[in-house]
Amino acid sequence: MIPLNVSLLLSAALFAIGVIGFVIRRNAIMIFMCVELMLNAANILFIAFAQAYGQIGGQIFVFFTITVAAAEVAIGLALIVAIYRSRHTLDVDGLNELHG
Amino acid sequence: MDILLAFYIITGVIMLLAAIAMVNTRNMVYSALYMVVVFLATAVLYLIYQAPLIAMIQITVYAGGIMVLFVFVIMLIGTDKMIHEEHIRWHRPLAFILTFALVAETAYLAVYRFGQPTLTLVNQDFGSPNEIGLALFQKYVLPVEVTSVLLLVAMVGTIVLAFRKEKMK
Repeated sequence: MIPLNVSLLLSAALFAIGVIGFVIRRNAIMIFMCVELMLNAANILFIAFAQAYGQIGGQIFVFFTITVAAAEVAIGLALIVAIYRSRHTLDVDGLNELHG
Repeated sequence: MDILLAFYIITGVIMLLAAIAMVNTRNMVYSALYMVVVFLATAVLYLIYQAPLIAMIQITVYAGGIMVLFVFVIMLIGTDKMIHEEHIRWHRPLAFILTFALVAETAYLAVYRFGQPTLTLVNQDFGSPNEIGLALFQKYVLPVEVTSVLLLVAMVGTIVLAFRKEKMK
């Protein structure tokens, strides 16, 4: 069957791509999608370890993670639309009016 | 080696290539479509890991619901407004260095801590809707209830954020 270290490497690579995208892209929606990518990488490991140890708890955790991610996306996109309505930009470097 | 491992690696490579394309593409609609490919590949990995219910939830909630929401917002705002400007010079090389360190650490751990292949077919019922449903509503019934409150909060918050403009007029 599949060695656990293969899934660890795959998940780490996916997480790394998410981190790189998070840092180098300046668009709020792209940053948000990269966060989803990182969540996905963590979910893969939960499923892999759940099967490796024969525990159903890992799959239950992914179930709840997906629920939280859905709620997070709904709130986050509403925030992004609200920011765009008032600022007319989604460049996160332009959203710096909060510094004292 | 065996066919399941080959299948797994092919799916993983497709997923990583789609993720790289997603981060690299300038057009955000294409990015969202590559994201759908990543989610579908992840669902295939879940199927290999004996998690059929989670795989189906992944497809319906992520590839269905969440990505439609993303595409909808991208269409609403319009991709022509997304001008990409580089403001900080040093953050791109720093990102690559730090991420390489992260991957190297994980690779070290993966090779030296989890060297033995432990994945085996546990039992045929593992991860079936029956078993997950029983676990959800017996052992994990409190988190399910808390999740319902979370979803209510998310719904109310989204409606408040979306209608704020109209209320002010």
